Amino acid sequence: MTRGRLRPRVVFAFVLALCWAIQSMAGEWMPLARDGIHDPKSRAVKILQQPQEALSRLTPDNAGNQVRWVQALDKTEIRPREKLFAKTEVRKLDRDIILDVKGGMPAVRFPHRQHTEWLDCVNCHDGVFKMQTGATKITMFNILQGEQCGICHGAVAFPLTECMRCHSIAKGDKQPVIPPDVNMQMHRSRGPAP
Amino acid sequence: MKKLSKLRAGFLAGLIMTLLAVFFVDINEAQAEYGDVVINNYSDGAGMRPVVFPHWFHRMRFRCKVCHADLGFKFKAGGNEINMVKIIDGQFCGACHNGEIAWSVENCNLCHSGKPNTPTQVHESTVQKLAQPTGAPKK
Repeated sequence: MTRGRLRPRVVFAFVLALCWAIQSMAGEWMPLARDGIHDPKSRAVKILQQPQEALSRLTPDNAGNQVRWVQALDKTEIRPREKLFAKTEVRKLDRDIILDVKGGMPAVRFPHRQHTEWLDCVNCHDGVFKMQTGATKITMFNILQGEQCGICHGAVAFPLTECMRCHSIAKGDKQPVIPPDVNMQMHRSRGPAP
Repeated sequence: MKKLSKLRAGFLAGLIMTLLAVFFVDINEAQAEYGDVVINNYSDGAGMRPVVFPHWFHRMRFRCKVCHADLGFKFKAGGNEINMVKIIDGQFCGACHNGEIAWSVENCNLCHSGKPNTPTQVHESTVQKLAQPTGAPKK
């Protein structure tokens, strides 16, 4: 290899390294004083915990807060309290719902387990979603407007750019292929489940 | 001549990469943490900075159900009619921000820390992004 062929590559590699350095210096989480909503003149930006300090220790993600919140909880990287009041009953459910969807997208797997780690039954039932499987018509039109799943997904839970995290059940011959680990109830696009 | 053009190509590629890097760093600028809520129902009118509620900070310490089921916070930024009387009475934020679980209400500026005139919003939410018309100045 001649020197003439090597040099542009060296320059290229150097610039790449420089870009990487700039990127990593910028950090994944903006300091509070530069995040665009905190007033940099406020005393709070010097006192409050910085997101970089807290979130860089948790299982990383490539969307939203850059944190895999469910995994962080499962691995006990965080131990958030479940209740404030002694009398509160902590309710959890381990049941998956498969929502068969129209069109070419894979079917949706809704796992109650991960959701009830964070939320209580009343947060969704019977307001946002009816208790009976299949009784509520769920559409991406609603979700993208911040209703139904979109109340949280697209605001605090992983964002709506992550299509395949929900649409995760491949359709075989027009029927979703149910993985053996799924504890499921079918939610068909028309009418309640049998 | 051939050497020179390759050198040029290398520099050009480098330049493009640098510009891309700068571009992406710039996008990262002025991005509050995903899910941060700004509440400005009464703050501006009362001469206070708007409240910034960081979801990431709170969900590391409390599950969603603690506030959204037990304390009755609705899933709606600005939709809870929170005011300082209720907080001092132990409702909403006041259930913890009472000097026992978290700092008490005399630390006004720790919550009221937003840029003045920032509208009530869930920052970086899909709704906020979709509802923002193309070319509109960034809030």
